[in-house]
Amino acid sequence: MSIELRPAVRVAHVRKSYGKTVAIDEVSFDVREGEIFGLIGPNGAGKTTTMECVEGLRKPDRGTISVLGLDPFRDVYQLQERIGVQLQQAHLQKRIKVWEAAHLWASLYRKPVGDADRLLEQLGLADKREAWFMTLSGGQQQRLFIALALINDPELVFLDELTTGLDPQARRAIWDLVRGIRARGKTVFMTTHLMEEAERLCDRVAIIEHGRIIDIDVPQRLIDRHCPERTVVLTTDDPLAAERFRALPRVDQVQHSGSRFTIRGRGDDFVSEVIQCLAEHQVKVRDFRTELPSLEDVFLKLTGHSIRD
Amino acid sequence: MLRGLLQLTWLEIKIFLREPLGAIGTLLIPVVLFLVVGRVMGGRGAAPSPAAANFMRSGLPVMVSILIALSAVVSLVTIVSIYREGGILKRLRATPMRPHTILSAHVLVKLLFTAVTLLLMTLAGRRYFPAATAAPLLSFAVALLLSTLTILSMGFVIASLVRTARFAQPVSAVIFYPMIALSGLFVPTDALPPWLQSVAQVLPLTYVVSLLQGIWSGASWWAHLGDLAALAVVCIVCTALSARLFRWE
Repeated sequence: MSIELRPAVRVAHVRKSYGKTVAIDEVSFDVREGEIFGLIGPNGAGKTTTMECVEGLRKPDRGTISVLGLDPFRDVYQLQERIGVQLQQAHLQKRIKVWEAAHLWASLYRKPVGDADRLLEQLGLADKREAWFMTLSGGQQQRLFIALALINDPELVFLDELTTGLDPQARRAIWDLVRGIRARGKTVFMTTHLMEEAERLCDRVAIIEHGRIIDIDVPQRLIDRHCPERTVVLTTDDPLAAERFRALPRVDQVQHSGSRFTIRGRGDDFVSEVIQCLAEHQVKVRDFRTELPSLEDVFLKLTGHSIRD
Repeated sequence: MLRGLLQLTWLEIKIFLREPLGAIGTLLIPVVLFLVVGRVMGGRGAAPSPAAANFMRSGLPVMVSILIALSAVVSLVTIVSIYREGGILKRLRATPMRPHTILSAHVLVKLLFTAVTLLLMTLAGRRYFPAATAAPLLSFAVALLLSTLTILSMGFVIASLVRTARFAQPVSAVIFYPMIALSGLFVPTDALPPWLQSVAQVLPLTYVVSLLQGIWSGASWWAHLGDLAALAVVCIVCTALSARLFRWE
């Protein structure tokens, strides 16, 4: 037995094109066991194509993929016993009842989770058992899809754009469910175009754009690496304030309109430097806050455009 | 995987019956058509003319049976394209279920409804005009199911070529219903002009009509080996074609 942890997913140099359009190229990454791994990027960047190659639903033109030690395309049926899948924009039969879907899915796997009804209960669908799929709200439909993805007690769960189209409250509820999946020791591979979602939920993210992976890391490390800038916004009437801030070594730029200052600098020590300066000169401050860059800013920096464009 | 097939088939039957027009459209309309036309043609009081009597004996039941089969196919093509457009096929395929299981379930549902409708038509016939149902029903049922299966295989080719759900129904209706006109159901193929006769000879529905009319009027299976062979060829070719062309999304 090797002590080294085998990654749940290993993707190396994968390329997939549709006709003349190259959807993804030279895509390589690992998903480690027990983590929530996020593939993030704008719509059309190649997230779903990548995920569907890993799920064995598409055959890559080039490159290798190994999922739980299996070849996802060749061993697709063996693999499907061990993974759970939620597809982007998939639906069920309009008039299928919630419990019927759960029982059908349970019957398809050799080793289903003990009790499909209990799973529905855990996902807050107990009182929707008899409801037709078409009558469910967006959040309820997604919770049903999560239930179906968990019905075979999978080792690895794929979630593709899980919260797209949901209101913020439903989205938060889904995030808790995804954390719950990780808490049960399962690996989660998800895609999203919502940077906030990736930042809050994922242990590691890969940023994909135009079919290529730009960078992979823990969200905070990506931010530190690509966006070391920090900003302090404060309000003070001290007439010497601007001069004093400019004298600080880590400060890049000081702007002010009236008594409101925006100070930009870089590095973790920058903020403490500003605070120290305020204390030293006993500068009276009416308001003080720091602005930290987010994954959104990282994306903007790496691609030169906002993810919403 | 048999379990998955039976589960899905049973589920699809239930779902189909929940459609607003599912049960009524499939089960009732052919039977009502049979009764109404039978009543008009056969009348009760006056003795029917020989032509009308002949039509009642075999023309009408065979015609209604073919309509049952065709409506099953149009419905199948529509359902498959709606399922594809909604990502339902794709979602089902991302399970250990084999792709052919998913499609077989729909074929089974359609064959079952065809059989049940035939049964209802026969029961209604026995009650109202026995002359119209004096036929070897079991053999006829087998012949009808074989015919339906063949037409369903053609339906899958159409479902493979027509991408959008909106066009699936009109396209399949336009392909199948005009075929009836040349199939020998209303006008014997011998009475057609020669060039139309050759068109009729390549239409699968011609062999369906010949088989069904023959079996209905008591001919032996041996007498219709040619028709059976033609249907088998169509079925195999269409199944092979759609196995190549079928799209899941």
